[in-house]
Amino acid sequence: MSPVDLAGYAAGALRGHRLRTGLSVLGVGIGVASVILLTSLGEGARRYVTGEFATLGSNLLIIIPGKTETQGMAPLVSTAPHDLTREDAAALLQRVPQIRRVAPIAVGTAAATAGSRSREVTVIGATHEILDIRHLKMASGRFLPPDLPDASVCVLGARVQRELFPDQNPLGRWIRIGDWRFRVIGVIEPRGTSIGMDLDEVVEIPVGTALRVFNRSGLFRVLAEVGSHSDLGTVKQSVIDVLRERHAGQEDVTLLTQDSVLETFNQILGVLTAALAGIAAISLGVAGLGIMNVMLVTVSERGREIGLLKALGATHRQVLVVFLVEAAILSTAGGCLGLLGGLGSGRVLEHLYPDFPVQAPHWAIVAALIVSCSVGLLFGILPARRAARLNPVQALMRRKA
Amino acid sequence: MIELSGIERIYEVGASPVRALKGVNLTIHRGDYVSIMGPSGSGKSTLLHILGCLDRPTAGSYRLDGRETADLPEVELSRVRGHQIGFVFQFFHLVPRLTASRNIELPMVFAGVPVDERRERAGRALEVVGLTARADHRPDQLSGGEQQRVAIARAIVMDPSVLLADEPTGNLDSRSGGEIVQLIEGMNARGLTLIVVTHDPVIGGRARRWVRLADGNVVEDKVPDESPARPVGPLKAS
Ligand SMILES: Nc1ncnc2c1ncn2[C@@H]1O[C@H](COP(=O)(O)OP(=O)(O)OP(=O)(O)O)[C@@H](O)[C@H]1O
Ligand SMILES: [Mg+2]
Repeated sequence: MSPVDLAGYAAGALRGHRLRTGLSVLGVGIGVASVILLTSLGEGARRYVTGEFATLGSNLLIIIPGKTETQGMAPLVSTAPHDLTREDAAALLQRVPQIRRVAPIAVGTAAATAGSRSREVTVIGATHEILDIRHLKMASGRFLPPDLPDASVCVLGARVQRELFPDQNPLGRWIRIGDWRFRVIGVIEPRGTSIGMDLDEVVEIPVGTALRVFNRSGLFRVLAEVGSHSDLGTVKQSVIDVLRERHAGQEDVTLLTQDSVLETFNQILGVLTAALAGIAAISLGVAGLGIMNVMLVTVSERGREIGLLKALGATHRQVLVVFLVEAAILSTAGGCLGLLGGLGSGRVLEHLYPDFPVQAPHWAIVAALIVSCSVGLLFGILPARRAARLNPVQALMRRKA
Repeated sequence: MIELSGIERIYEVGASPVRALKGVNLTIHRGDYVSIMGPSGSGKSTLLHILGCLDRPTAGSYRLDGRETADLPEVELSRVRGHQIGFVFQFFHLVPRLTASRNIELPMVFAGVPVDERRERAGRALEVVGLTARADHRPDQLSGGEQQRVAIARAIVMDPSVLLADEPTGNLDSRSGGEIVQLIEGMNARGLTLIVVTHDPVIGGRARRWVRLADGNVVEDKVPDESPARPVGPLKAS
């Protein structure tokens, strides 16, 4: 039996039951559409996060005080790690030639007050360099001035500005953070969340001042910008060497690159996408049961036809294939429908939330089609075998249903 | 040539098995015209199904053209059904969604005959049964007699050597029944072995050899002396 004959015969049989055919196609369609939509969302989340990281620059080295990795035996004499200081940062810039810029950062939270308004803010102690390293843009005024690490000036995040100075120009005004007074010299352009820190919710002050405000001697971290991404490996070693020398021979910092953070996020979100696909696959399985049910009904309804086919010389195998193909057509048609539905609703989402990249991964599209076809074959096996095994004499004797 | 010896068919139904055939011996030569008659439940259909390789005997030997069918694998039996045997049933058994011509093509589809040849042979078969004009009609657009003629066209389109008919006129009025009988007798005249199961003594009486079954046994097997009452022209209603 040629494939064309098979497809023609099966399609003819399916056309005979339009409603039933339509419903089982719809069932598979919904399953496939949900696989595609959910993986699109997962993939979108992954792209969104990695995209955010990319805006931070891929040639950043993040230096964190303290060693998080434990290796070998614990030291006999355990000493607290040395503080990571502004002097360390300056030494790195001076002694590691590939480092273009360094940005020492201190972080704390405090209440910020302007007149009668007050709110909790994240205070970032920073230097002028952070402006370029983190690609910040000014909405008004200017950023923290270079070479004035102890000035009492501040730059406001967009939302902090809105809430402390609604409908007013904050430039030149004073705010209070803890016991300290700061003159507002600039406002950062709204930008929204960027990896764990809502930049609209922060107040940036000079790093030296921040250390005094929070009464700390050590930095939160140091960002080092390297000339090119390919230098990161060598720079890492140099940084460790320089800091070990400065910290009495102890290696007490952790180095992170965007790559390693990105890799972690990528992995987490990849797992998330797979989990979503798994959930959606359940609906595909349910659709498969639907197909099995419909095919079982078909086989018992068409007993006489099956008996006839055998009397006309159809082999066991041919009868099996006829019904398998019928199931496969059902599920593959459902797969195509679901593909269109899934991609279509992805488009709609994209339209509604332009910032969020909804895109079905290619593997999901290919997999949806392959899986939907195999769902038909898999769930069609039982009914098709039942058809092929029918005793032709008994099948022919059946009264018409 | 068909040789049956000691054919038994026992249906296992619950505790008491039903012995539908109790040792049938029968030899039918190529080109023969045999009628099988007998009371209801005597095993006529069971015998016909065994002859058509749709069913296997519980015991005994069935040799078809010298080959012992009991030894043939299932696939080979399918081939025999497709190529050597044509069936005509009481209830026509056309596939309702297919046109007359597509119904006739079915056996050729399973035998792997290419499309063009299929179309052509189906057309010729329709011509033989005089239904060329109805090629594209579906069964529900045809009368009973026409449906049975399509079924006959389908049965002969693979050019089998044996035509098995189980009450081919059982569902037809006597006039179209007569037409059907004449049609298949014409094919027998061209060499096709014809075996007809019937309740109708007039139709059964037209055969060259009468086999009578009762309770699973052949109780009569005779070739009537007189040349069979075979009036040329339409049959009279019985
Ligand atoms: N599948 C079956 N299971 C059990 N018994 C069966 C089966 N098929 C037929 N029989 C029994 O076998 C016997 C012969 O049946 P068969 O159909 O061959 O009779 P028949 O001569 O064709 O009768 P009719 O003239 O009514 O068609 C009957 O007693 C019947 O009940
Ligand atoms: Mg019968």
